[in-house]
Amino acid sequence: MALLKPRRLEYPFTPEQVGSLRAGQFVLVSGLVYTARDRIHKYFFDGGKSPVDLKNAALYHCGPVVIRKDSDWVVRAAGPTTSIREEPYLPRIVKDHGVRVIIGKGSMGKVTEGACKAGGCVYLHAVGGAAQVLAEKVVSVKGLYFGEEFGLAEAMWVLELKDFPAIVAIDSRGHNLLRRIKSASLRMGRKLMKSFDPFIP
Amino acid sequence: MKNHVLWESSLFELIRRTSVDLPCDIEQGLRRACKTEKKASRARWVLETLLENVQKARDNDAPLCQDTGSLIFYFQVPVGFDTNALASATRLAVARATRLGYLRQNTIDSVSGSACATNVAYGAPTFYFEQCARGTVDVRLLMKGGGCENVGKQYSLPDESLGGGRDLEGVRRCVLDAVVSAQGNGCAPGILGVCIGGDRATGYECSKSQFLRKLDDKSSVKILARLEDRLLKESKVLEIGPMGLGGSTALLGLKIGSMSRVPASFFVTVSYMCWAFRRRGAVLTIRGGFKKWLY
Repeated sequence: MALLKPRRLEYPFTPEQVGSLRAGQFVLVSGLVYTARDRIHKYFFDGGKSPVDLKNAALYHCGPVVIRKDSDWVVRAAGPTTSIREEPYLPRIVKDHGVRVIIGKGSMGKVTEGACKAGGCVYLHAVGGAAQVLAEKVVSVKGLYFGEEFGLAEAMWVLELKDFPAIVAIDSRGHNLLRRIKSASLRMGRKLMKSFDPFIP
Repeated sequence: MKNHVLWESSLFELIRRTSVDLPCDIEQGLRRACKTEKKASRARWVLETLLENVQKARDNDAPLCQDTGSLIFYFQVPVGFDTNALASATRLAVARATRLGYLRQNTIDSVSGSACATNVAYGAPTFYFEQCARGTVDVRLLMKGGGCENVGKQYSLPDESLGGGRDLEGVRRCVLDAVVSAQGNGCAPGILGVCIGGDRATGYECSKSQFLRKLDDKSSVKILARLEDRLLKESKVLEIGPMGLGGSTALLGLKIGSMSRVPASFFVTVSYMCWAFRRRGAVLTIRGGFKKWLY
């Protein structure tokens, strides 16, 4: 399985750009993204207003390590956090705000597949734990919202990315790369248990 | 305890190093795994990215992963040593490491939801103290992120859904189930710590303490070493792969320990530690001076 030539994805993320992506493709994301994790998702789900226009925008499931240097924010480490926790909130947020791209990590279920299909949205899987490699793709910190209310790890950071690498895990048709992998591993797991070769001391 | 400053500075250095510098055994494990995955595959791409990340964290003197996790300190101290003073020196070091960005503000009040600026609060960090008949202080630190903590699992045998009875075959089934359930969500390739027996609380303690073992060691109990071997091999054919994106490397290692149990209970507890395996340790003098690294 050769990795295809990377597709480039640039802000604002138009329906055409995003609609042409297919599960399994390798992409490089550039432009503005907004970090959002557990607190922000619940806040939006409960009807909270967004301080920025999220139409055709990307939400990045990330709680970075950011420190203040003089008057600037410096990203010390930033990578994706596990996305499945946000799954219950996603359909409403994608629908209400017109979010076009979700960046995170880990497998997502039917609810996200549905949200992607309905909203013409994609879920991109970045490399978990690669906080230095991915922090280097953050060109600048453009803003900070909810820093006081939710704390710096849970805040909404406005980040400008350049060539941030990820894999399309769910495309706008609802095709889910990780679900295919999970189903196959479940079958193999059952086979290993049934193939009666028990572990005997 | 005299010389608070020296203690604080040694413990700070331990935290800094744990956060930015992946232990050599784990890095070698990643390198070996990388060679086994097909060229130009997603698995290979992930592992190459991880190795690049390990180097950059060292070069940038910055956290390997932004989730700097919960901090678990394991101290072995001489008999009669003042562990209260040791804990307060450790708390000072944690606060400084947070201020300097080696740790994220990662401690949340579970009732009010407010974030703590220092990472020092009730239950954070976690301490284990043990008295030993020697004249030095051994300290080991695990920094365990939330993503991998969330995929830990505890089973009670017999487990009908797995067809697992109260024997090592039952244990094998629990572990296989835990690997399949976790997929890549704990940031695979991870290392599993398994405890057979104990109670609901000590089972998790024992499973986590398996992470203090070196990646390439084997259980000193022959039968458990065999089970470790077999399960590690079986994890490869599940085709979960790094980050759950497919491939053979779902795990870098698997460590099994055991504790006694009561007749009515038979727990199998599985803890998952992500590839960003932040585990370091040091031997310190009784005055807090640095003697040598343990890993």
